[in-house]
Amino acid sequence: MVTIKELTREEYWLPGNSSCPGCPAALGLRMLGKALEGKFVLVVPASCTTVIQGIYPATPSRVPLLNIAFAASASAASGLRAALRIRGLKVPVVVWAGDGGTADIGLQALSGAAERNEDILYICYDNEAYQNTGIQRSGATPYGAWTTTTPLGKREHKKDVPMIVAAHGVPYVATASIAYPLDFVEKVRKAASKSGFRYIHLHAPCPVGWRFPPSKTVEVGRLAVETGMWILYEIEDGVLRLTGRSRVLLDPSKRKPIEEYLRAQGRFSHLDERDVEELKRYVEARWRELKKLLEERGGCLR
Amino acid sequence: MSGLPVTAIATPRRGAAGRTGLWRVERPVIDHSRCIKCLLCWLYCPEGAVVRHEDNSVEIDYDYCKGCGICANECPVRAITVVAERE
Amino acid sequence: MSRLVISGNEAVALGVKLSRVQVVAAYPITPQTAIVEKIAEYVEKGELRAEFIRVESEHSAMAACIGAAAGGARAFTATSSQGLLYMSEMVFWAGGARLPIVMAVVTRALAPPWSIWCDHNDALSQRDSGWVQLWAESVQEVLDMTIQAFRVAEDEEVLLPVMVCLDGFILSHAYEPADIPEQSAVDSFLPEKKPAPYWLDPSKPAAYCTIAAPDTYMEFRYEMYRAMKNAERVIKEVDEEWCRLTGRSYGGLVDCYRCDDAEVAILLCGAWAGDAKEAVDILRRKGVKAGVVRLRATRPFPTEDLRAVVEGMDALAVVDRSLSPGLPSILWSEVRAALYDSVKRVYVKGFIAGLGGRDVTPGDFIRIVHSTLEGFRRGEPGEVEWIGLRGGESGHH
Repeated sequence: MVTIKELTREEYWLPGNSSCPGCPAALGLRMLGKALEGKFVLVVPASCTTVIQGIYPATPSRVPLLNIAFAASASAASGLRAALRIRGLKVPVVVWAGDGGTADIGLQALSGAAERNEDILYICYDNEAYQNTGIQRSGATPYGAWTTTTPLGKREHKKDVPMIVAAHGVPYVATASIAYPLDFVEKVRKAASKSGFRYIHLHAPCPVGWRFPPSKTVEVGRLAVETGMWILYEIEDGVLRLTGRSRVLLDPSKRKPIEEYLRAQGRFSHLDERDVEELKRYVEARWRELKKLLEERGGCLR
Repeated sequence: MSGLPVTAIATPRRGAAGRTGLWRVERPVIDHSRCIKCLLCWLYCPEGAVVRHEDNSVEIDYDYCKGCGICANECPVRAITVVAERE
Repeated sequence: MSRLVISGNEAVALGVKLSRVQVVAAYPITPQTAIVEKIAEYVEKGELRAEFIRVESEHSAMAACIGAAAGGARAFTATSSQGLLYMSEMVFWAGGARLPIVMAVVTRALAPPWSIWCDHNDALSQRDSGWVQLWAESVQEVLDMTIQAFRVAEDEEVLLPVMVCLDGFILSHAYEPADIPEQSAVDSFLPEKKPAPYWLDPSKPAAYCTIAAPDTYMEFRYEMYRAMKNAERVIKEVDEEWCRLTGRSYGGLVDCYRCDDAEVAILLCGAWAGDAKEAVDILRRKGVKAGVVRLRATRPFPTEDLRAVVEGMDALAVVDRSLSPGLPSILWSEVRAALYDSVKRVYVKGFIAGLGGRDVTPGDFIRIVHSTLEGFRRGEPGEVEWIGLRGGESGHH
């Protein structure tokens, strides 16, 4: 287990950047920097991080960073990896993309890179909407959530990208949450120690887009996990296991009611009973699937 | 010649977006007598504006702290309070 | 040096091999596919020590080349038509990022209607992307131009990506004998790729291609514009140096055929210059002082060279294998703009021909020259005429 105290005091994502107060992406970038102690290169598609990293000539990034167009991060990282390999450099190439750049417009490049088993670490920080352009629905927006393009609430469930990536048979897939930074750091380090295509899906509650006070970013993230709305797991070589807080939540009685998570956010304030029931049904079904997978097949996906 | 690099290549700097402490409307204040040096405020600060000293004592960097209040919300011993920012 | 009968596509692949390209990322599309296949073969056999990324799309092909070039590698891709349009976002990105990538564009018509045949609208649609655009006439020139393209792209005064445009099927699938330069000769001409001073060095933290606010964006664009001006000189220097090495020169930005005393010339780019030259030979035998002005570069547009070449001519026939609906054709308007400030403005008439692979013969070029001279003598406006249109233009009104 990683402990707080052993994390480096060094900051690789410097303060005084243009992230919003309480921004989960900025927190995630800080943790990523500490996890790998600055020894990696970043590829960033269009996203909030394009803005957070600042305007020429200054950036908070203390790691080399290549910006790239929205749909192109996994493929640009593939090319960068190839070039660094030629130069004999083993430094990890890490994609840091939002859910729009991952679940939607970048999914083709992501799938291509995963299928080719490119030697890159792809991290999706999932704030569950196009927050940078002002809170529009993405494929990763959950059922019922208000966004500016779903003013009455989204009618479809969240696209399950980590499982889509896992279906490519890549060496490592994990989910993480900004509320559990040490779990995230551990997963980043484990991923970095492997080669081939590695994927981490980081749940990242956005105060602006989800309509909660900026002081609650971590609390909301924690509630997502504790209510079972977001599940922490990792899949190593095709075998899934629950991790961290989620390990004890297979038993439904251990999970907090999802209303606690929904009530904490303005984006769900309009939900009626039927919507809440639908979300409950969805969450229960996901857990049942996982339980079956773990108990009947030892977590073996294929 | 404009004296710029061939394309926009930015270099690392604290305060790349300026003194973001000026954005603050509320200010977190640490009561050091209650602090147990658990470092959770340092861990969870999205900005990296909680300074962690060698002895694991902490201090807020008000130049850059945006006043989100996560530190106060997460402090297990309520050693951080949020007060209104004055002029 | 050896002499082999090869196709245009094989010439590209051979040029890539001789240039010791380090990263290739490409996606197949007719009529470019043979390039990708040949390079895959070179890589698999160990004849080319390169990373070959078999991407899932053209958008990713260019993105991977951008990543590779940003990481300091010599990168190459090839595409055509829809593929070029699909990667267009990344084409502009490569230009703005100032990355010396080389791409073969095997020119092909755009859909719909579907057409796999030759047309220049694909490449010309990217003319404002910040890429140098070169056009070959023969298989030999394709080979030479591919190697030269890396020298131009990587020149520190240029640092821009370069397109090598070759006509789909007409060049890509045409077999011609070509002199293959020795590897050692190419190595002396094109030294091993050194990372540009700004490559993404893992030991030097910096953020590449960040946001530029209105106070700097224009200056970055100006730098790109200036680099393209520099490319005019560099393309000529590289052509001269290649000539010293191989004995072959193509004339830099503009290839002139029987232009010295010409009163009228056909201006175009691409492989059909060969048919135009044949037409000129026939016209000359009949006493018409005609020539061919073949643009080897459409970006940078050779404004000054063009003015010098056409000085003293009465009339110019600009033949476009592309269309800009509403303009109506690309080279025609660019040539007219370039010549507007000439002391004695030459008469310029435009022609649209050969779209979607429609055959254009030396006989068509002879008619084009006569139509141009007629328009000049009658003092008609040099508007654009469609060549070989079924039923003629009036039949389609």
